[in-house]
Amino acid sequence: MSVQNLNSVDPFAEEELLGGTQDVGSGADYIHIRIQQRNGRKTLTTVQGLAKQYDLKKILKAFKKEFACNGTIHNDEKLGEVIQLQGDQRSKILDFLVENDVEKATIKMHGF
Amino acid sequence: MASEEPLFDPSLKKRKKKAVAFTEDPLGADADPTAPAPDTIDNTTTTGEAVDLGPTTAHEQMKMNGEEGSKNEDEDFKAMFGDLKKKKKKKEIPMDLADGDSGTSTPAAGASVPAITEDLDFSDIKKKKKKSKKAALDMEAFEKELSGSKSKSAAEEEEDGEVEHNPNLDIDDADLENDPFAQPSDAPVGVDLGNEPWLSSDRDYLYPELLTRFYFLLHAANPALLSSSSQKRYTIAPPSIHREGNKRSVFANVTDICKKMHRQPEHVIQFLFSEMGTTGSVDGAGRLVIKGRFQQKQVENVLRRYIVEYVACKTCKSMDTLLTKENRIFFMSCESCGSRRSVNAIKSGFQAQVGKRSKNRPA
Repeated sequence: MSVQNLNSVDPFAEEELLGGTQDVGSGADYIHIRIQQRNGRKTLTTVQGLAKQYDLKKILKAFKKEFACNGTIHNDEKLGEVIQLQGDQRSKILDFLVENDVEKATIKMHGF
Repeated sequence: MASEEPLFDPSLKKRKKKAVAFTEDPLGADADPTAPAPDTIDNTTTTGEAVDLGPTTAHEQMKMNGEEGSKNEDEDFKAMFGDLKKKKKKKEIPMDLADGDSGTSTPAAGASVPAITEDLDFSDIKKKKKKSKKAALDMEAFEKELSGSKSKSAAEEEEDGEVEHNPNLDIDDADLENDPFAQPSDAPVGVDLGNEPWLSSDRDYLYPELLTRFYFLLHAANPALLSSSSQKRYTIAPPSIHREGNKRSVFANVTDICKKMHRQPEHVIQFLFSEMGTTGSVDGAGRLVIKGRFQQKQVENVLRRYIVEYVACKTCKSMDTLLTKENRIFFMSCESCGSRRSVNAIKSGFQAQVGKRSKNRPA
């Protein structure tokens, strides 16, 4: 017979755990797909906020092979590792991620 | 036509009469005397008239053959239904056209901001349609309920006349529309059937039944709610974008659009820049100079997203909202429904290095 009130589990434990990270409620768990214009018709696509459990190198390799473009992993001190790809690959990236069981609701596509 | 009306059932609605007269016009003077005549002398008239009517239309022939004094009215009713169906179809078509219009105009006039609101309105239309159908279906349920309890008021007796016609119409609707609307209309029918056990036996109410009942009562009590969903459209002048030089675009009517949305230009501009991943500045004439080449359509897309996120009220879809900043957090309060919620701060996120590195190096 366990009494709810006497449980040692702190009901606010999860809250503290969340509160410990600075970006609570900031939607930091979103995957952002952005586009940037370069010279002329050229563009750059960036993927920010991929979960740490994934191997970015392998994802990049798959992207490059799939989209036939070059790319790199940029290590930003604030935002972590960001994948950069040449050209406008936004919709392709979205499709790729959704196909590989990433929740579509967690992906945000930016740009025009 | 005018002479015909009193001869037909005078209790019927004028619309229906007109519709009947419209379809039977081809028979004209021949058919009209027949309708009252069978009441007095059946066989002679049918045989006598059948000669005349035979060649005109098969439908009429059938009708004339089946015509007897007592059945005459029923036949007329059926004819009414047929006409009603047609009438209903006619009614439906403009609706569909309206839908189609908004549907086609979104891509065609896709270059204009009003399209956003048209999208919104589009959904409204759908909703409204659904609601009205539900209400119609629920009316039957309600009427059945009423007849079960045998407590009728005069006003509801008026509705009874319509209820007689409704089943046919609803089936007709389901046939007419092969779009998703058919499904929601089916569900209430199931509920409608379930209504009888709900009344007779003492099983528990089901949630959807009560919900449809609630909505019917709600809309019956204050019809203003139904009309409010088809309120005026929220339109914004499309952004006027033109190129300045080779790699800069000018967004001329930012201030107008911001005024229309009741937002600070700074907020809008910040959003635009972070979304489009560029920078820019506001020149002396209040125009926004954006670095990079952008077309009107692209800017419009971004503006549309801004409206969805920072202007439209999530609760009531109204655009009549205010954005205030409290303790570094933006709150959006709706003027029409009074809801209040916090909105995400605009964050630019990762910006890749574009252009010459030597330019960005701190001197």
